Amino acid sequence: MGRIEDRFETLRTEGRKAFVSYIMAGDPDYETALSVMKGLPEAGVDIIELGQPFTDPMADGPTIQKAGQRALAAGQTLERTLEMVREFRKGDDETPIVLMGYYNPIYSRGVERFLSDARDAGIDGLIVVDLPPEEDDELCIPAQRAGIDFIRLATPTTDDKRLPKVLQNTSGFVYYVSITGITGAAAAEAEDVAPEVARIKAQTDLPVIVGFGIRTPDSSAAIAGVADGCVVGSAIVAELAAGKPVEEVLAFVRGLADGAHRA
Amino acid sequence: MADDLLNSFMTGPDEKGRFGDFGGRFVSETLMPLILELEERYEYAKTDQSFWDEMHDLWTHYVGRPSPLYHCARLTEELGGAKIYMKRDELNHTGAHKINNVLGQIILARRMGKDRIIAETGAGQHGVATATVCAKFGLKCVIYMGAHDVERQKPNVFRMRLLGAEVVPVTSGRGTLKDAMNDALRDWVTNVRDTFYCIGTVAGPHPYPAMVRDFQSIIGKEAKEQMHEAEGRLPDTIIAAIGGGSNAMGLFYPFLDDKEVRIIGVEAGGKGVNEKMEHCASLTGGRPGVLHGNRTYLLQDDDGQILEGFSISAGLDYPGIGPEHAWLHESKRAEYVSITDAEALEAFKLCCATEGIIPALEPSHALAHVMKIAPELPSDHIICMNMCGRGDKDIFTVAEALGVDISAPG
Repeated sequence: MGRIEDRFETLRTEGRKAFVSYIMAGDPDYETALSVMKGLPEAGVDIIELGQPFTDPMADGPTIQKAGQRALAAGQTLERTLEMVREFRKGDDETPIVLMGYYNPIYSRGVERFLSDARDAGIDGLIVVDLPPEEDDELCIPAQRAGIDFIRLATPTTDDKRLPKVLQNTSGFVYYVSITGITGAAAAEAEDVAPEVARIKAQTDLPVIVGFGIRTPDSSAAIAGVADGCVVGSAIVAELAAGKPVEEVLAFVRGLADGAHRA
Repeated sequence: MADDLLNSFMTGPDEKGRFGDFGGRFVSETLMPLILELEERYEYAKTDQSFWDEMHDLWTHYVGRPSPLYHCARLTEELGGAKIYMKRDELNHTGAHKINNVLGQIILARRMGKDRIIAETGAGQHGVATATVCAKFGLKCVIYMGAHDVERQKPNVFRMRLLGAEVVPVTSGRGTLKDAMNDALRDWVTNVRDTFYCIGTVAGPHPYPAMVRDFQSIIGKEAKEQMHEAEGRLPDTIIAAIGGGSNAMGLFYPFLDDKEVRIIGVEAGGKGVNEKMEHCASLTGGRPGVLHGNRTYLLQDDDGQILEGFSISAGLDYPGIGPEHAWLHESKRAEYVSITDAEALEAFKLCCATEGIIPALEPSHALAHVMKIAPELPSDHIICMNMCGRGDKDIFTVAEALGVDISAPG
């Protein structure tokens, strides 16, 4: 079993919901991002989503866009992101890491080379925003063959007819995008999310994690309560953008994680 | 490659939206159902006589098609070689070829029940065309335009606002066409249920590259018929400027299987195609990558980060190119060259002085290549270039480049 499956098995046994946190690799610089990343498990994070910066993040709002620009300006590359994961793995071999980003930096490196480097570095899953099931041959199938989970986004526009296609080659977990929109935008309401999660769970045994629009411990608790867990990204990135010291950022993360865990 | 086995260059894209390895549907899941619905509705419209009747009626009475095919007698004489024709798409309503495509997409949007239209624009020609057709049909219109382009294309910004469109200046990135397209996609993903994204060029996820090409290929169809009337034969060379590549695809497509016709696309060479990347010549200076929903040639660094292009022409200032052009380049059916800002300015001036036509900076690039090759060709060699836009919008940029202060009292 991989780290993602292991982690969900543990959470199930303990009867807890998963708290997933997103940070941008290299934001505001490599060292700061690495020390935040190292502190995430201790702050209660069950799965780490690590963003790979891209110049043209079409699905992201201003908060993540700017984080990516800061990281790129500070010299972040895909190689440095892999390096960050290698460094993290020296002290933590259990917390699953999901790399999230866009296809072009991966395509540019070469899919096979990237997958072998990613696996060696200790990356467990991939979320690639601009690779829908229609493009599964590009990366999804090769990744799964290389032992890396390919986590798909399901959205409010993914209707029942399309859902099986979205779930078909998904592994690890399903990431339900709670709103039609970009990251860091409108707030998700648990009462709207609940039936959507139920709709997805009727068609898969994979855990369903909900993200987009969650920014407080209360919304973290409310959303995790109607799913298998929740993801927070922009709200954490905004703390870093505000220049908060690492300890304060991690304290903020702990509040969100506690929210999800009391659900 | 199996290109020798190709019987036709006109069969693409395949069912995955690919032209060879290029094209595809690289979009987020939120947009995917809509893209598939659009494809289905477009496939239906393609063979629906009532759709094309509506198009042709508007092309004739609203746009003013067919646009003339014009023999440039003085320019021909001046260059002293090949016989030069211009396809006068700058005479269309709104002053460029853009409206050919906008009409098609808006008719489709109305048939899909969408009442809010969004678009990206660079030089502002696509934005003006979209705002125009939205005004005509009473649709809500939001135009995304890079802040840098808003500054250098003020007349078009004012036009769009007069036509009732909301113009949103985009400040992310360097504030040009690429950034405008990012924000248009962000709007679309947010308002996916009531909004139609009217893409202005032959790029984006399938079916856009094929759909926009089909709407623009009226240019090539007319040019072919008009050339038969004027000369009784095909042109020897056809030339068009390329940013995303819609006017070029429109001219080229009906000629793709006429293998004796030489096809040349002209990219924006900016300050020159060199390692400093101060240009927008994706095919000459880029390599394949994935951006804005399709795989194509892109200006990018070693790490797959997209580079900002550079061109005097806002309409060519885009780091990518339509996927069908990428395929025509690799299959060698078309040639792609680049022209610098300075060369385009020379062509701009020559066109004004010899033909009484103020060209847009975009087709000035195509004309600059005509100036390069025409003198070396025999007088029975026929060149047809696409004069795809008029230059009124560019006079401020040109004045600045020529060091003339037109705001100063005469």
